[in-house]
Amino acid sequence: MISVKKIYKNFDNTNILKGISASFEKGKTNLIIGQSGSGKTVLLKCLLGLYTPEKGKILFGKDSLTDMKEKERRMLRQEMGIVFQGSALFDSMNVEENIMFPMKMFTDKDDSEILDRVNEVIKRVDLTNSNDKMPSELSGGMQKRVAIARAIVMNPKFLFCDEPNSGLDPRTSILIDNLIHEITKEYNITTVINTHDMNSVMEIGENIIFLQNGEKEWEGSKRDIFKTDNKPFIDFVYSSEILKKARKALKTNS
Amino acid sequence: MLQKVFGKFTKWSVLKSLIFKDIEVLIIGSLGIVSVISFFVGGVVAIQTALNLSNPLIPRNLIGYATRQSVILEFAPTFMSIIMAGKVGSYITSSIGTMRVTEQIDALEVMGINTLNYLIFPKIIALLLYPFVITLSMFLGIFGGYVASVTGGLCSSAIFIEGLQIDFNPFHVQYAFIKTTLFSFFLATIPAFHGYYLKGGALQVGKASTTSFVWTSVVIILANFVITQLVLA
Repeated sequence: MISVKKIYKNFDNTNILKGISASFEKGKTNLIIGQSGSGKTVLLKCLLGLYTPEKGKILFGKDSLTDMKEKERRMLRQEMGIVFQGSALFDSMNVEENIMFPMKMFTDKDDSEILDRVNEVIKRVDLTNSNDKMPSELSGGMQKRVAIARAIVMNPKFLFCDEPNSGLDPRTSILIDNLIHEITKEYNITTVINTHDMNSVMEIGENIIFLQNGEKEWEGSKRDIFKTDNKPFIDFVYSSEILKKARKALKTNS
Repeated sequence: MLQKVFGKFTKWSVLKSLIFKDIEVLIIGSLGIVSVISFFVGGVVAIQTALNLSNPLIPRNLIGYATRQSVILEFAPTFMSIIMAGKVGSYITSSIGTMRVTEQIDALEVMGINTLNYLIFPKIIALLLYPFVITLSMFLGIFGGYVASVTGGLCSSAIFIEGLQIDFNPFHVQYAFIKTTLFSFFLATIPAFHGYYLKGGALQVGKASTTSFVWTSVVIILANFVITQLVLA
């Protein structure tokens, strides 16, 4: 489990995160949602240790990320898998090399063991027969699958996904969402997904944190979405007039 | 930055393959352009020297002498390094810069890798072979001068070779290699700095490549002046 306790992050004297507290549970898909500029990416980068908050604590289990020394931080990072918005695959490596990279870097396993594990995760993300392809030869959805395979190849305890559906069509988005959800359950890991895709929220949102202007405005699960009366959250979810009318109609009927 | 480049080292088996890859791209990949430029510039130096020898009292072996001195002292180590700042430097800036804007460096950071060591150290080591490129450049520059002189009827082969041997000071070659080794460090680190700390998108990658070329050239020229003052003056 990851806990965030009253964290503040400023850039150029502008408060981006204003005392956010939240918990991201193990074995669940935890979603951070909000409008562009609400602080989602900054919060995610704080969780990854790429940004250091000015105030507050980030706990991975009982260990405080903010108090860790560089060496401990590196060790913790080896337990993290991350899927970046643009996939962040290494251009100079093919699919197989991209996925085996963390294993080559951090394990002493021989090549055949590494290859077995790589083929296992390639099969898991449905990318069989793509081992030799370069990232530029893959579609957006396939690149995301490779990124997911690379993120899980080391059996991480924590999986972070930054806008995993960005640039994907709705059908592929749902396939990627479901893949991340299944992997979360299979590996029993703490998954944190940063998104503004409402399909993802409705599909896999087990623990949802809604940010607005750097503050946590609402928290709940996908089931709670229909019950809440939180105005900023409703305005975000039902952003168009048609959806607002549909919600009103649903509420009246129920 | 340099402290971190030589800080926590990447696993040797990975680092080794990166070094060989960088040798292939930065050193072997530059041999073609270096060869062509050196050969023809050497030829031009010989022709221009010959054209300026209008006084019959000046011996024709000066063509070989002038070609040798120009190529060994300045053309091969300094001006070839500026050409390499364009070729190798912009490659380093744009490749690292692209990795920055496409979050590949963030991905490496998150994995717990010392990205400065992983990305820049292999380039510094690969460019330690740069003096060999300059050796080739010296040889081909002088050979170009020889071919231009002999085939152009500027002087005979024997006279050109005699000119090459006049007052030869082996320390000048050492001086050229001292310069080249220092320049190879600039060629690896200045463009890497501009790529690594790049902010923005594709447009900034292009701008950073240009800026890195300008700065690398300026630093090479200034360092050339300082070294020449220290070593030869």
